[in-house]
Order: sequence, then structure tokens, then C-alpha cells
Amino acid sequence: MSEPSPKNPAPAEDAESEPRPGRVRKPIGWSTIIIAALVAVSAALVWRRDGTDGVLDILTHDLSLFSGILPRVLAGCLLGAFISEILPHEKVSRSLGPKSGLTGLLIGTAFGAILPGGPFTAYPVASALLAVGADFGATIAMVVSWTLIGYGRAVAWEIPIMGTDFTLWRILISLPLPVLAGALGRFVYVRLYPKRESDEDAA
Amino acid sequence: MSAALFIDILLWGSVFGVGLIAFRRGPPVFKASLREGSMDFINIVPRIALGVIGSGYIAAIIPQEVITGWLGPDSGWLGVATAVVAGAATPGGPVIGFSIGTVALKSGGGVPQVVAYVVAWALFAFQRVILWEIPFMPARFVWFRCAVSVPFPFVAAAIAMVIGKP
Repeated sequence: MSEPSPKNPAPAEDAESEPRPGRVRKPIGWSTIIIAALVAVSAALVWRRDGTDGVLDILTHDLSLFSGILPRVLAGCLLGAFISEILPHEKVSRSLGPKSGLTGLLIGTAFGAILPGGPFTAYPVASALLAVGADFGATIAMVVSWTLIGYGRAVAWEIPIMGTDFTLWRILISLPLPVLAGALGRFVYVRLYPKRESDEDAA
Repeated sequence: MSAALFIDILLWGSVFGVGLIAFRRGPPVFKASLREGSMDFINIVPRIALGVIGSGYIAAIIPQEVITGWLGPDSGWLGVATAVVAGAATPGGPVIGFSIGTVALKSGGGVPQVVAYVVAWALFAFQRVILWEIPFMPARFVWFRCAVSVPFPFVAAAIAMVIGKP
């Protein structure tokens, strides 16, 4: 079905006019720098307010949180890597690409809704989908669906805290939103980057 | 606790499942994705570390009371707009977000406003965007996704106004 090309998951004729997202990662980008600056300022404010003890309290708490999260991050990365390897690229770009229409948005929505795990799976998998030919619209539908109608957070947190009635009602209201967000994303994307769209036509 | 265990089982079960599919495509495919996934993990760890450790400090300088205060009794569209800002600015994880929503409901906040708050929190909570979305996704996608999502807490509030309370 899919060609075994482990070294080069997206062949050149995929006609992507940008570096494959999610596969080419710079460890330090401008977002990282902004976040680091924000963290430094916040830590300084905490230090001024609570002294060294306050800074260390947060550090120990967050370090233990971090060590608990790490295995899940590894699982998420592996899940993303396996999925991008086993999904046939032509099929993904046909069913989730820019030309996939409403069906593509619905597939993205369904995928986001059934995806297991938390942010440590949703974002690596979304990134993998982008890398194998899904467009921004379908990926937005998937991410928004995961965050609004995915069962993971609802079962683990929302139902116990906010109650079943509110949660189910809130999810019902949210049902159309992933498709709408994906459609709006596609609508804006084609107008922002018209050239990329015509590149995709060649694929 | 059991929910966390359930999530972990489901998560590693899925990894195992797709790993098995990859393995049946042949050991080179399996090995390549294993290496790819591990490299992603190694590359992402410093950013996750910065996010997890850093967001604790950012959360510490945004007191919860500030957020709760923004979810005041204003019941109109201004209330919805404030709720959206409050949702994006809420520090911490789901416990804090949903607890603030519950407090707002119990203390007389309007239902459409609370819906807008919860939806905005789900879409934009800065801590999740910083900690998870930006490290894993191309930054261009993240900003685009956020910009495109802006209308939807308002849409959710509008639907809530039309169909009424739970």
C-alpha cells in the first residue's frame, strides 16, 4: 500500500512548497525565546514576591510534574512517528488534503474525537498528519475536535468537576465547531497563500 | 488516579498497536519510525521542560481570583467577551479551568458566558498553547489555528443562548 521509504517519508513529488512541518525541528525558535523571556520575568516576579523559597517550591513541584509527563511525551512522539510512517501518503492527502472538502473536515473531526490520550498525543499526531499531506483545514478540525469534543478530558476532568449534564450539553453545543473552524481555516488559508494552493493542485 | 491509569493504558496500547502495524510492514520501517520518534522526543524535551517548569512561574503571577473576577455577573455579549479573555488567560491545568467554570456557574454567572469560558479555555488556554502546541506543531500552524478559532467561543455562546440551559 504505502511505499517503504523509511528514510524519506514524504517523497519529493508531494510538491510541498515548504519544509515538511513537524519533521524539521529547530530546538530553538523565536517562540522558544519569547517563552523563555516570559518565564524569566515571571520567575523574577515570584522571587521578588516570595523570595528564594517561593522560586524553589515551584521548581520542585514542576520538576516532579515534568518527570511524570516524560513517559507520556515519549509515547506521543512514538505514536506520531508510527502513524506518519504507516499512513499511506497519497491516501491521506486525498482524504485530508486541501481538496478533501467537507468529508476531509469530518474525518479530521472524527479522528480528533476518538484520539486517546492528552496533549502529549494530540499534537504529535496532528503534526504527523500535517507532515503526510493533511492540510491546515483538516488538521485544525482535528485539533479543535480533540480539544472540544474529545472524550479524554471530558471523562477525566470535566464530568467530575462540572457535572454530566453541563458537560454533555457543552459537547452538544460544540459538535459543529470543529468542522466550522476547519472550513474557516481552509477559507482563510487559500486566500492568504494562494500560491501554495496551486502547488498542491499539482500533487 | 484511575483515569490517569486508563489514559496511560489506552496510550501505550495505541503505541503498541501502530508499532505492530509498522513492524509488519518490515523491520526497516519499524526501526526508522522508532528512531524518528525517539529523535522527536529528544528534540522536544528541552522545550517541554521550559514549558512545564516555566508555566508554574507564569501561573504563580496570575492569581486565580483575577480570573474568577472577570467571570462576573455581566450577562450580555460583553460578559461573553470577558469570559473568552478569561479562558485564554487561565493558568494551570484542567482542574483549575473547570473549577473556575463551576464557581462561576454556582455564583450566578450566565450559562452562555460559562460555555464561552470553557470553550475559550479549551481552545486558547495560554499554558497549553505554550507548553504543548508550540513545541509539537509548526509555529505558523499554531498562530493560524488560534486566529481562526477566535469566533468559536462566541458561536458556542450564541448557540447556548438559542437552545437554552442544560
